[in-house]
Amino acid sequence: MRGAFATFVALVRRDLVLAVREGGALGTALGFFLIVVALMPLGLGPDLNLLSRIASGVLWIALLLAALLSLPRIFEADYEDGALEVMAMGELPMEMVAAAKSLAHWISTGIPLALMAPMLGILLNLDLASAPVLVATMLAGTPAISFLGSIGAALTLKARRGGLLLALLVLPLYIPTLIFGISTVNAASLASDSFWPSFAILVALSLGSAVLGPIAAAAAVKFQIQ
Amino acid sequence: MKLAAESLVLVRGSRTIVDGLSFAVQAGRALALTGPNGVGKTTLIRAIAGFLTPASGTIRLDGGEPDLTLAEQSHYIGHLNGMKSSLTVEENLAFWALYLRDATAVALQDRVSDALAGFELDVLRDIPAGYLSAGQKRRLGLARLLVARRPVWLLDEPTVSLDARSTELLAAAVDRHTESNGIVIAATHLALGLSRTDELQLSPHRAVA
Amino acid sequence: MPTMQTSQSITQKLANPTRFMDLSGRLLPWITVASAGIIAYAMYLVFFVAPPDYQQGQTVKIMYIHVPSAWLGMMAYALIAISSFGLLVFRHPLADVSAKAAAPIGAAFTLLALLTGSLWGKPMWGTYWVWDARLTSVLLLFFLYLGLMALRSSIEDEALAAKLTAVLALVGVILLPIIKFSVDWWNTLHQPSTGLTTTVHASIRVPLLISAFGFSLLFFAMHMKAMRNEILRRRVKALRMAEVERAQSNSPPGNPSVSGDIRARAAQAGE
Repeated sequence: MRGAFATFVALVRRDLVLAVREGGALGTALGFFLIVVALMPLGLGPDLNLLSRIASGVLWIALLLAALLSLPRIFEADYEDGALEVMAMGELPMEMVAAAKSLAHWISTGIPLALMAPMLGILLNLDLASAPVLVATMLAGTPAISFLGSIGAALTLKARRGGLLLALLVLPLYIPTLIFGISTVNAASLASDSFWPSFAILVALSLGSAVLGPIAAAAAVKFQIQ
Repeated sequence: MKLAAESLVLVRGSRTIVDGLSFAVQAGRALALTGPNGVGKTTLIRAIAGFLTPASGTIRLDGGEPDLTLAEQSHYIGHLNGMKSSLTVEENLAFWALYLRDATAVALQDRVSDALAGFELDVLRDIPAGYLSAGQKRRLGLARLLVARRPVWLLDEPTVSLDARSTELLAAAVDRHTESNGIVIAATHLALGLSRTDELQLSPHRAVA
Repeated sequence: MPTMQTSQSITQKLANPTRFMDLSGRLLPWITVASAGIIAYAMYLVFFVAPPDYQQGQTVKIMYIHVPSAWLGMMAYALIAISSFGLLVFRHPLADVSAKAAAPIGAAFTLLALLTGSLWGKPMWGTYWVWDARLTSVLLLFFLYLGLMALRSSIEDEALAAKLTAVLALVGVILLPIIKFSVDWWNTLHQPSTGLTTTVHASIRVPLLISAFGFSLLFFAMHMKAMRNEILRRRVKALRMAEVERAQSNSPPGNPSVSGDIRARAAQAGE
């Protein structure tokens, strides 16, 4: 058991080292996040009241799209260079491999995107008092993005037009996280009673997807290395 | 220890590739799979490695660790090396040394050093794998065989892009492995010139409509 | 040592495609005729017997198509989920045929539900689309269908596509209730109830049930037909592949197959 945990940690650490050394991916995601947010006032007009009202929703949606862009990284490189096959020969079950890689994706993408959101919020006249809550909901909600996203990443390993397909498969699965992420932010800004229930549901969604995601992704990966 | 396949049937898609194959490899022996391209050597090796579930028949390792699957006691060397170009040679091997369970109590660092020495990669140990030539990358891929002691080696065309010297290193590693009672199954066009080797000639199976 | 072994299960032997083709070939005309008759009778009731709603007038008649479509859109997804489970767990040979055949039909009914809902909404709400919880949920169901079909069509290896689509279908069926729940939550936050759920009088309920029954039969007829087409398509494909193999094969025809002719012999060296 101890051995399995050490292997799990080693795998997470390796993916993080790779994310840092290969860089690029996070930069692209952050840049995309910035662009989407910057496009909003250009499309909706520079009315600060309107922007302030929709800021948290826009940030959440932009975060989903930016995270989506980096999902293929979870399995693609290891599939293409044969590392996934070697991992299948280890004692760590494929489910735990998928979990470790999703966790690494969350740490290397979800957390930086969530932390960057308040800065982009300035562009949207986000009420800075609500920024900590926004970051908290994003930190609580982004694990679901990585874990559910790993399902899509695994399913589209061998697909043609993988990137577009991934968006179509994964975005509907993100709807609960999006809804509860935003309703938590709204509840906090209204000082409403529903803050804790919706925050709890947001966390539950992330925990649930941490179970479902690796199981489904592992099944998909195993079918593809046959 | 003995690796045995009994009336094995392997199907890919709707094509039967191996039909009713039986063989056994004793500990300390190597089995060379030969036959023309497309005869199912790769499929057979991948089935032994556990990637492909047989449509019928069995593959067993008698006398291995009872708690482990055959795959968990095997090394698989396929067409891809499974190495990260932004990690150094040593980091790559150290990761696999940690990831792949080792049957012995040898310290991780020693296993990595042995693997580096076994395929003459010492001088390259701090170089990111992305800088290596195709032959060096292949040697790095093969060095995985030595970072964890596993009784069964499954080699699919291991000599691809290896020069004569590297092929000798591989032959030596295989030889040491069979000498210490390991099992080797290799699909190869080139005779490795090994002792303790049997040959299994696969012949084309005509698909039944 | 653990062994790898698979063998044909009993269910596989029972439900072979040949028997399905035989049985469905005999049933299909009857189901088709029955569904046409029942739908015709339901339409007669709808247009000549059932009263117009005192609030909605004649537009309420859209409901007799809208409700069965929405219900069949959901039922088709349940059928896909069950078939997917059958494929992944029992490797049932007809399971994937069923899942593949049901997807476009389910998507079509879901789309029909959305379109009729939208047409109904225009006189009701004064706009073609409102972000009502039900409409939103059905729209998301439609996205799931699109995902299933897109995933299948983008993977060349059909056996692999079948398994991956089944994984997605099962993920979808687990998440559907959660999506539905979150959409309901979202809707109560943003909008008062649209008051669609008024109690239904018997004069409306009976034609509705008959219509739903007729459409269900229509669904089954189409599903069965689509499964038959798929089985035939696979047979054609298998025959073509066999032809290619025969052309490739070097061994002259008539020569008995030497499958699995294996000679293990000691190499010269070492012995």
